[in-house]
Amino acid sequence: MSHAAAEPVKTVKFFTPGVFIVLLVALNGLVFIAGRFIFGIGAVTNLDNQYPWGIWIGIDVAAGVALAAGGFISAAIGHIMHRERYHAIVRPALLTAMLGYTFVAFGVFIDIGRWYYIWHPLVMWNPNSALFEVGICVMIYLTVLYIEFLPIVTERFMGRVNLPGILKVFNNLLNRLLTFLDNALGKTMFVFIIAGVVLSSLHQSSLGTLMVIAGDKMHPLWQTPILPLLFLISAAGVGIPMIIFESLIASKSFKLEPEMKVLTPLASYVAPILGVYLSFKLGDMFIRESFVYLGEFTAQSIAFYIEIVIGVIVPLFLFLNKKVLKTPLLLFMASAMVVFGVLINRINNFVIAYHPPYADYPYFPSYGEISVTLGCAALLVLLYRACVMIFPVITPEAKANHS
Amino acid sequence: MKNINRRNFLKFSSALTFASAGLTSNAKAAPNNILSPDRMGVLVDTTHCVGCRNCEWACKTSHGHDAGDIEKYHNREVFKEFRRPKDHSFTVVNEFENPKNELIPINVKYQCMHCDKPACVSACIVGAFQKNEMGQVTWDGGKCIGCRYCMVACPFQIPTFEYEKAIEPNINKCDFCFERTSKGGIPACVEICPVEALMFGPRTELIRVARQRIKRNPERYKNHIYGEKEVGGTSWMYLSSVDASQLKLPKHKDKTAPGVSESIQHGIFAYFVPPLALYAWLGGIMWISKRRKEIIQEVVEEEAK
Ligand code: SF4
Ligand code: SF4
Ligand code: SF4
Repeated sequence: MSHAAAEPVKTVKFFTPGVFIVLLVALNGLVFIAGRFIFGIGAVTNLDNQYPWGIWIGIDVAAGVALAAGGFISAAIGHIMHRERYHAIVRPALLTAMLGYTFVAFGVFIDIGRWYYIWHPLVMWNPNSALFEVGICVMIYLTVLYIEFLPIVTERFMGRVNLPGILKVFNNLLNRLLTFLDNALGKTMFVFIIAGVVLSSLHQSSLGTLMVIAGDKMHPLWQTPILPLLFLISAAGVGIPMIIFESLIASKSFKLEPEMKVLTPLASYVAPILGVYLSFKLGDMFIRESFVYLGEFTAQSIAFYIEIVIGVIVPLFLFLNKKVLKTPLLLFMASAMVVFGVLINRINNFVIAYHPPYADYPYFPSYGEISVTLGCAALLVLLYRACVMIFPVITPEAKANHS
Repeated sequence: MKNINRRNFLKFSSALTFASAGLTSNAKAAPNNILSPDRMGVLVDTTHCVGCRNCEWACKTSHGHDAGDIEKYHNREVFKEFRRPKDHSFTVVNEFENPKNELIPINVKYQCMHCDKPACVSACIVGAFQKNEMGQVTWDGGKCIGCRYCMVACPFQIPTFEYEKAIEPNINKCDFCFERTSKGGIPACVEICPVEALMFGPRTELIRVARQRIKRNPERYKNHIYGEKEVGGTSWMYLSSVDASQLKLPKHKDKTAPGVSESIQHGIFAYFVPPLALYAWLGGIMWISKRRKEIIQEVVEEEAK
């Protein structure tokens, strides 16, 4: 693993006017999170006995897990298939996954009524429960992600520990510890990398199994026994677009050249995965004959059209086009559409499709719920920015070539 | 029955301390679904129910909830609004117009159906729900983490959650008067019913009685025992003069609610073979692609010499 080229971003300052806006969004979210813990879920959300799950589960947890899929996809391409030219994207994707899953766990923590019992699934098992499987896999995978990130930390500080004053005596010790850790991790890392890919495949698909038990309560446009397969393929499909999406935003905001030499070949994987996904999705629709609902004019059918046309079909054609793959702006737009499509798909599955037998009004998220969801996303962006400025994550390859 | 006593004991002790809660819950970790063939049920005959709502009062009283005066329950104003069980009202009675006879409305009591293959039991992340061998589906507050997946799963929209509580919010639902029925007693609501609209007994016996009633009085009843087959069968069953869906009893197929999801779940995890096979396969690819790279490297270096 040669990551020699990655280094902490030094081209811009942490605080810019844009960052202040993000900070405000984050603070607004934190206020409502505090409200939830002091006054209960009912005080902040529109959730009730008809709609037990809202956007905190649909977006923060379900979409969060899907959009962090770049981590396992890049690990599979970069490390398992050993395509060296993609190494530049492995670290940013890993960081996104690590932060993303941290916030997924945080989202669960906020959403469950008895947050202080969040450890219960570790000792109280129900192997019949899809949620139990998702919970356990996410916990283990989060640990694996932290372990995978450790070498980046050791690389940053190894041989450079320089504590001031009286603490100097520890410098040598800490340095030796870091060197030892780096060595040990280097030799065993492959175990964790493969484990990460396996765990991801498991919980990405089990996330789809979650809603199967809701049976008739879920709109037939989405309710199908192949939900786990659809979730897995769509997670794999959004992995690369998410990496591209982030990379292009990062290079813009850090004033680096877009890494097209890596992104263009990477983007060529996207169309085939989207194609497979689309064929399963449409095939399933024809087998179950759920297309009859497409003729209706309901919130569900509109949501379905948006998801499938803007999220899958249009970007599929865009990713087939060579010019799109080579033009940063077009590539960005195509990737953003896939990201949007998967986001909408998860919202559709967990929120829009859910219709319990005694529902007498539809669910719409409260201001507090939206604030918390946006706040968590804002916190994630800030942490990402801080991390790439502290740790060697981004490889400013293009800059070296052009200056 | 011995089994039930043991569980009862565990329930008490699990409330004692943090640590012992962990231990005892481990002892009953996986919810077992061993059902007695003599398990109990209730037959609700909606053609008998007069809508006195005594059952609502008895249910509250027997569970230590604030019930108020029983007279107040005879006020029929409440029927203007369709109500659902929630919080400390584990059961509610609603009223419907009778298409056959305008003067005699139809009253229907709702509560947990105590499914034979309960979705809530299958879904709960920590196994806080349990199907007891005599049919009762009970909830263990010592385990619950408040994720509300049971509510997503239940086909009858029964479990409710205390959203207003910041600490120890409970899941609420009818527990089939477990305290009474596990000791051979009868449910409080059945006991108080003045017109025998509720009949408590072994489920198989109830089905026999229901068939008999339909046969003797085909004018009076629809030929359908709601709950006999729905979602794989439920402990509570209904007889009515009109179609069950007109009484807002949701239409369900015979297949059990957790059936599909459990078979998917167990397919993905069959003895951990699929995950391990995937691990081995990925490990193989990793080894081969690395090796290929090394060989190419060696060839290049040799040629350079
Ligand atoms: S009706 Fe709902 S809560 Fe009651 S046993 Fe069935 S699934 Fe569980
Ligand atoms: S809310 Fe409680 S009882 Fe319901 S599924 Fe979650 S942990 Fe189980
Ligand atoms: S069986 Fe017991 S808990 Fe259930 S509705 Fe009747 S009185 Fe209430």
